[in-house]
Amino acid sequence: MAVVETRGLKKYFGKVRAVDGVDLIAHDGEFLVLLGPSGCGKTTLMRMIAGLEPPTAGDILIGGQVVNDLPPRARRIAMVFQSYALYPHKTAFDNIAFPLKAHGLKRDKIKEKVEWAATLLGITHLLDRKPRELSGGERQRVALARAIVREPTVFLLDEPLSNLDAKLRHAARDELKRFQRSIGTTTIYVTHDQVEAMGLGDRIAVMHEGKVRQIGTPHETYHEPADTFVATFVGTPPMNLIARDRVIIGFRPENFLPIEIYSARDDLVKFHFHVRRIEHLGSDRLLYGSLPGKDDLSVIAKLPLTVSVNIQEGRRYEFAVRAEDLKFFERETGLRTEAQPL
Amino acid sequence: MEIARKVHRVGWRYLLDRERLLSTLLISPALGYILLLIGVPLLLAIYLSFTNAISGHLEADFVGLKNFRTIVTDPIFLQALKNTFIFTFVSQLIVLILAKILALALAKSFPGRPILRFLILLPWVAPISLTTLAWDWVLGASNSSLSVINWTLRAVGLLGPTDWIYWTAFPESAMAAIILIHVWRMLPFATIIILAGLTSIPQEIHDAATVDGAGWWRRLFEITLPLMLPIVAVAVLFGVIFTATDMTVVYILTRGGPYNSTHVLASLAWQRGIFGGQLGEGAAIAIFLLPLLIVVAILMLRLARRTEVT
Repeated sequence: MAVVETRGLKKYFGKVRAVDGVDLIAHDGEFLVLLGPSGCGKTTLMRMIAGLEPPTAGDILIGGQVVNDLPPRARRIAMVFQSYALYPHKTAFDNIAFPLKAHGLKRDKIKEKVEWAATLLGITHLLDRKPRELSGGERQRVALARAIVREPTVFLLDEPLSNLDAKLRHAARDELKRFQRSIGTTTIYVTHDQVEAMGLGDRIAVMHEGKVRQIGTPHETYHEPADTFVATFVGTPPMNLIARDRVIIGFRPENFLPIEIYSARDDLVKFHFHVRRIEHLGSDRLLYGSLPGKDDLSVIAKLPLTVSVNIQEGRRYEFAVRAEDLKFFERETGLRTEAQPL
Repeated sequence: MEIARKVHRVGWRYLLDRERLLSTLLISPALGYILLLIGVPLLLAIYLSFTNAISGHLEADFVGLKNFRTIVTDPIFLQALKNTFIFTFVSQLIVLILAKILALALAKSFPGRPILRFLILLPWVAPISLTTLAWDWVLGASNSSLSVINWTLRAVGLLGPTDWIYWTAFPESAMAAIILIHVWRMLPFATIIILAGLTSIPQEIHDAATVDGAGWWRRLFEITLPLMLPIVAVAVLFGVIFTATDMTVVYILTRGGPYNSTHVLASLAWQRGIFGGQLGEGAAIAIFLLPLLIVVAILMLRLARRTEVT
């Protein structure tokens, strides 16, 4: 168990600033998710923590000790890769045993520990197989077993669920989270999937262009986004943003509802909403349209099945947002600012 | 009627969409080429090896295994057989080690790498006869006063003004010279193949091994080399066949000399069959290694397939 910390961490590839000054702490036993679009620097950040990439500047601390100059094998970390990176010519047993062998453990001790890890992940019956004889989900378990087998102080997971099909991903997500809770190892998890991030993370660090834009609980990043990037990256469909004078007003599609469903006590901000197209997604209806005005701003409304108001394409309706659900951002910087009278 | 004709026309139009037909069509030129230029001469050679044919006319009597019985008692043949194995084995061993080192170096990115890769490939592109002639000059095989090595040694003062080194005048140094040229020639090819094998291993596998705590040697012997085994087998297969069947290097550099000590099967077959006119005996020498090479090829290809990793 250990605290992982980065201080002013930078990585430049020539002129490209892959990671541009990241200060981050993953607390002991915490599940921290690095979330961002591809190319935001999250994988580079993780590779620096693993020791696979030397930083251009800044410090990496594991358990309070600066590890910048330590090779990966001395950092007591384990990593699960996107492709799982199992050794294709070794059996599952030898894959899991590899880190132990590399650390010079005795043969019977290796066997004991491999069996312990395999039992924990329910793969004891697969130990004789080669990776190509395993399904995606089984490979992922072997990769996890290989990661936990030498009881690392930190887990680094690089999009380990992205190679699984949608159905399996759900189950694997739940399992991963329970597994992490039960062993209580500090975990840093990289993903571009915000649903995965919300579901797994104790906290989420949202990254964009090499910088951390916001660190917070899933609830905070969703409901109190620090800037317009976080507001539009977290949540599907993204937060609606409309520019008004010197501010940008944001509201979530699910908070943008027909006026008749609100009660009289609500403090409402009303809009005319011209509905162009409707998508029926089973549990929700997505309404694509615009707010009539001088620049016809595009917005999306998300109506749950429980809102049964009749709405048709091409018509104009009165919609509203509760005043407390409006978020305000500075127009210049995109940063969050306090509520302003409209 | 109308419909039937239409169907017929449609059938013609999509003729090339039938994969069996198209594949037959596409492979037949290559197959014809191989049959005509390799198959026919091979069969002819096998036939000749069982006859007492001499150059000039192809009518000859069937003599059974007589040619083979003659050559296996011939000390020159036995020397040539031994040389073929030595040249092939030693040069392939050196090539493999050097190619692996070169490939590891070239896999890293550094300024000027494309130019270096191109330069390294050059010996493979040049015709073997020309490169052997160039080596003839470098070594001074035909005229030692032209030897680049001798002139260089003299220029730096390691060789006196009246000293000469005759690189191809002694069996040992001549054999070393032949091995040197084979290595020089096969190295680019092996390097490129091994480089391809090296870059086909995903970076994540190397990273995983690094994070798992494996040092450089463990990564090399437990991860990189086993994963490259299939492609190395292909490189070795090509190398063995190219080297074992080559006659150009020996023929141009030493003509089998001194005292027939550097002959290989191919050059001896040429000398006996074409110069000596003993077509039957030459053919027997030429195809002597065929069964062995076929076995080597099958083993190597099976190895390559069995260790296939994806």
